[in-house]
Amino acid sequence: MLNSNHLEIPMLPHPLTSMTVREALRDAMTEEMHRDLTVFLLGEEVAEYNGAYKVSQGLLDTFGPERVIDTPITEHGFAGLGVGAAFGGLRPIIEFMTFNFSMQAIDQIINSAAKTLYMSGGQMGCPIVFRGPNGAASRVGAQHSHCFASWYAHCPGLKVISPYSAGDAKALLKAAIRDPNPVIFLEHELLYGHHFDDVSTDPEHILPIGKAYIRRKGKDVTLTAFSMMVGKALEAAEILADLGIEAEVIDLRSLRPLDVETITQSVMKTNRLVSIEESWPFAGIGSEIAALMMEQAFDYLDAPVVRVTGADVPMPYAANLESLALPQVDTIVEAAKKVCYRS
Amino acid sequence: MSQLISTEAALKAYHDMLLIRRFEERAAQLYGMGLIAGFCHLYIGQEAIVVGIQSVLKSGDSVITAYREHGHMLVCGMDPKGVMAELTGRKDGYSKGKGGSMHMFSREKNFYGGHGIVGAQVPIGTGLAFAHKYKKDQGVCIAYMGDGASNQGQVYESYNMAALWKLPVVYIIENNKYGMGTSVERSSAGPNYYGRGQGWNIPGEKVDGMELLDIIEASKRAVEHARSGKGPYILELDTYRYRGHSMSDPAKYRSKDEVEGIKINRDPIDHFKTYMTKILKITEDQVKVIENEIKTVVLEAVEFAKASPEPDLSELYTDILKEEVPFA
Ligand SMILES: Cc1ncc(C[n+]2csc(CCOP(=O)(O)OP(=O)(O)O)c2C)c(N)n1
Ligand SMILES: [Mg+2]
Repeated sequence: MLNSNHLEIPMLPHPLTSMTVREALRDAMTEEMHRDLTVFLLGEEVAEYNGAYKVSQGLLDTFGPERVIDTPITEHGFAGLGVGAAFGGLRPIIEFMTFNFSMQAIDQIINSAAKTLYMSGGQMGCPIVFRGPNGAASRVGAQHSHCFASWYAHCPGLKVISPYSAGDAKALLKAAIRDPNPVIFLEHELLYGHHFDDVSTDPEHILPIGKAYIRRKGKDVTLTAFSMMVGKALEAAEILADLGIEAEVIDLRSLRPLDVETITQSVMKTNRLVSIEESWPFAGIGSEIAALMMEQAFDYLDAPVVRVTGADVPMPYAANLESLALPQVDTIVEAAKKVCYRS
Repeated sequence: MSQLISTEAALKAYHDMLLIRRFEERAAQLYGMGLIAGFCHLYIGQEAIVVGIQSVLKSGDSVITAYREHGHMLVCGMDPKGVMAELTGRKDGYSKGKGGSMHMFSREKNFYGGHGIVGAQVPIGTGLAFAHKYKKDQGVCIAYMGDGASNQGQVYESYNMAALWKLPVVYIIENNKYGMGTSVERSSAGPNYYGRGQGWNIPGEKVDGMELLDIIEASKRAVEHARSGKGPYILELDTYRYRGHSMSDPAKYRSKDEVEGIKINRDPIDHFKTYMTKILKITEDQVKVIENEIKTVVLEAVEFAKASPEPDLSELYTDILKEEVPFA
């Protein structure tokens, strides 16, 4: 479903290899922990269990229990501890088993990590990464299936990344670890096992945060998406191509800062925009993009922006309802046809 | 009574306590004049605690507390001018005027704030201790909290992790009997805060927070315990805040007699002054010198804080992110 045929492989000067997103994330952490002794990983089940989703496989063996640390189930506490460690000169990677549980810690993330640099007049930088799976998982019900991208992207003082491919996951996680600011790194459980052949083997290859990537070029309609939804958008683009509609698919990769420039340029060319995300519609990423395009490309829009989002309900458990609640390839195709005034 | 403190150390401690009190009395005046706004929480009455604890620390140890932090900053060696200018919201304040009374920091003096979310400083302080241990720099973190903060869940999350990983942290509970208008009797079931680490075998002590020498003795034990790798330690300091919770609090929830009784019978500065003159034979003249010096320092701080300009409007959009390129 998410095979790499869809991908425009970025041109890199060094060899690319194929691996899963899970392995790419592990390699990013391994390389950065070798490079910088102040980097450590802390979270529930990250050490002896090798990660609840096996992302930290082998890290305990490589780096030992002083740098790969199992915590009690105490999100508020260990998020705050991470912030203090960052103030104290370390570079923590804090894993949330899933971002659903980061709600317990959101006070420390926003009020302590994101705001302190400002409140201190620039003294108290907080170089920390909060990472883990975010977004819809499969058949786990409302409390375990939820995308928090717009929650965190709302907040000045944070950077928010949500990659799709393994290559991006690796290069952007490395960038996040090296960044002197608090970074929210949103992974996706349903992507962990996917292979991509775009992973750089160069340990110095990192991507700048805040740059989107055009995964498919097209002239008729712009589709913006991030994480899991990039795959859906690319599938939709295939179907649209058969209907004679050339969709341009933008993988946002970073939500704060958002690459407004790339979206605007694309909309100026296609004159139509569909934004896609798993989360709720109200005050979502799509709402923001729609507002931005009204401000920056009003005269170029030939149709109102359409937001394809998750349904405005807590995630249901039943298979049919869950599928109805999430953006599907068909929904994206229909939205694209709508903005192109095709039926 | 035997001599428990050198004359030199006593004079310094007296100086520090009095500096806090006079500094904050002036801050209250400036507040009344409209030069300081918003929240402003005074430490008056509790001065002996931070002065006593700080006197046993080494350079490199880190300190963190909540929003009632003017005293902590002055005793950490932060410049009274910079603190006062932050109170007035000026560009020469410690946070360039962007933090205010509750949010000041000094990396140079290892003072880590200055936090407005009750209890949030406790896991952060635990993390500072984690960093001391990770870096093996022999440092200890002193994490202060109030009686009210002590009921936050994150405090117990911190106790657990600190004990589990033997982190060099001393938790100081400044029990001033109230969290805003709620007395400890109304907020806490079984209010022996010092004993709340028992489940994790964290040693705890209750100390008279108005008696400087008691505080110094207890904090020596606590800091030594943490520094030697045995893990966290809890000190509960029995104290009292003379003023309202913040400037706008008329403190109707307690009687005048209650407040006056403490001021007359337990004032930490008066008590220590008596000790100095009676036991250490320090003369009134020596005390006067200190008092005059403080008067000048505080006045200069006020003048500085009034004269410093407001931050440049361009500062609105600075210090949101560190702009260093991470590709180094
Ligand atoms: C999480 C949170 N809840 C409520 C408040 C409002 N508040 C500010 S101070 C305070 C009382 C805290 O009392 P205590 O911890 O005893 O400290 P003290 O003010 O006595 O020094 C409250 C409820 C807050 N700042 N943060
Ligand atoms: Mg209190």
